[in-house]
Amino acid sequence: MTSASGLEGRGRLRTTTIVIGAGHAGLAMSWCLAQRSIDHVILERGEVANSWRTERWDSLRLLTPNWQSRLPGYGYEGDDPDGFRTMPETIAFIECYADAISAPVRTSTEVTSVRRSGDGYEVATNRGVWQCQTVVLATGACNISQVPAVAEAVPSAIATLTPMQYRNPRQLADGGVLVVGASATGTQIADEVHRSGRPVTVAVGEHVRVPRVYRGKDIQWWMDAAGVLDERYDEVDDILRARNVPSLQLAGSPERRTVDLNSLTSIGVKLIGRLAGINGGKAQFSGSLRNQCALADLKMNRLLGTIDEWASENGYDNKVSPPHRFEPTEVEGSPPLGIDLTRGEIRTIIWATGFRPDYSWLHESVLDHKGRVRHDGGVVEAPGMYLMGIPFLRRRKSSLIDGAGDDAHDLSTHLASYLGHRTSVPRPERQVLSR
Amino acid sequence: MATTNNPVNNGVNVGALLGAREALTKAPEAAQFKWRATVKWVNGTFSRSTVEGFYGLGAEQKHKTQFTFDADHPEVFASEDRGATPVELVLAGLASCLTAGVAAVAQLRDIQLRSVSATLEAGMDIRGILGADTDVRNGFDGIKVTYKIDADASPDDIKALVAQSQKRSAVYDIITNPTNVTVEVK
Repeated sequence: MTSASGLEGRGRLRTTTIVIGAGHAGLAMSWCLAQRSIDHVILERGEVANSWRTERWDSLRLLTPNWQSRLPGYGYEGDDPDGFRTMPETIAFIECYADAISAPVRTSTEVTSVRRSGDGYEVATNRGVWQCQTVVLATGACNISQVPAVAEAVPSAIATLTPMQYRNPRQLADGGVLVVGASATGTQIADEVHRSGRPVTVAVGEHVRVPRVYRGKDIQWWMDAAGVLDERYDEVDDILRARNVPSLQLAGSPERRTVDLNSLTSIGVKLIGRLAGINGGKAQFSGSLRNQCALADLKMNRLLGTIDEWASENGYDNKVSPPHRFEPTEVEGSPPLGIDLTRGEIRTIIWATGFRPDYSWLHESVLDHKGRVRHDGGVVEAPGMYLMGIPFLRRRKSSLIDGAGDDAHDLSTHLASYLGHRTSVPRPERQVLSR
Repeated sequence: MATTNNPVNNGVNVGALLGAREALTKAPEAAQFKWRATVKWVNGTFSRSTVEGFYGLGAEQKHKTQFTFDADHPEVFASEDRGATPVELVLAGLASCLTAGVAAVAQLRDIQLRSVSATLEAGMDIRGILGADTDVRNGFDGIKVTYKIDADASPDDIKALVAQSQKRSAVYDIITNPTNVTVEVK
């Protein structure tokens, strides 16, 4: 631990803290660690903002307005605060942040294993093995597209793809497309694919409906101002459930368009119940569509009620347009319960059924029976291990770019105090092998 | 919102339910239940089903008493109408399940119920079961449930009770989603 050289013993590299992942969350943590003079490196399998570069479809824009992408020591200074960044703009934004804070990023460095070693962790990569005292998992919540088990029963004549493989409608065969899932991803892809001339059916399960703009202001502005996004993980009734709530049905567009089930049916998209099974080439759909929509409408109205109350109490009633409610989601009388997938009507299925993190490299028993990291607001069960950037990690906004700063602040405070209390081991020296 | 100072009491032990949820999250094997029924043909379309034992919480369990359900078909089906039709029993099952859910969710949300009633109607084209037209399915072509609820809550909060009850209802799930059924003869 007293060595001033990076190569020690069998060639291990040493630092105090390893941050895995150079996305917005890892970079925000890096800034906070630097503020506390904690030596660290960020290991990145690809380049800075890798997922934004390689795992997003062409037309996607951020779902949060420009002003809301605030990172520690960094914010939006352009002339379009209410606009939504394209992917190239998002990548540039995160890259500029990495530059601005001189983040110690090691690119093209893929972590292959993290395991307990001595009083810290051994982090193995394709470019050497690191030893550190603390480790921050900032690899994101959306590494793997979740595909339901019924996917195996899809007839082979039908092309299937995940949102990570989807780039634009030109990839798809002409003809019908079944989009399974109606959260942010499913509704945006359904909108774009249907407008390309391929008739879309959306299988709708649980979803969260919100308008893009309410009373003249972006829904994110309201949720930010009213404190909804700051709600803490230890304040909500049922954090497990809160962490599993599907993404808000939102899209980012220059026109600030609301993309919801009503907007989809208005252009001719068909709604159908949750995909329940595929038997003998026939897809079966749940008869619960009406209730799924009723639940989403009621929840949206509760959120709007909260916003209206906050607006009144805080003197906004004279500054913005009056409260109103949106049309309930329109569901046809008897939505079909089956589609014969062998008849050629459906040529492509897109699984917009969510994402999950990939922890295959994490060789520490910190995962629960569902493969989720066991943690208390980002403080992982294993001492000195921290988690960033997953839904409702510490706050409702934890999964947003805007949530990384507060979480990084809190967790770096915990991390610093953890290092400080480890009296048995001298504080390691400066990071070595800096280039 | 409750408007009285009395604690909300719908006769549902929500504390026990929440405790069970917590305990069973940690011990998923205890959450595995088996529900059972037996049936005996009596005569004609008349049969009598009974329920008594079931399995759950890692052990055999028993109702306090055996319950029986007589099923038959009405006279317009050339039967003797000695019991409800099986499809009516399905409606009764859905009605009871949703209504139990309404009470439980109301208790959890501190909503005092004064009265809850519902009517259920299911459409059926009996050419299906008669084999008169193979394009017609045997089962319901839809079910309509209409609740009347008097409670200390806003209309939207009452609608949310009914919506949440559907979300958590076993029979609603059984009816709205396909289930594999294996029937054997021994």
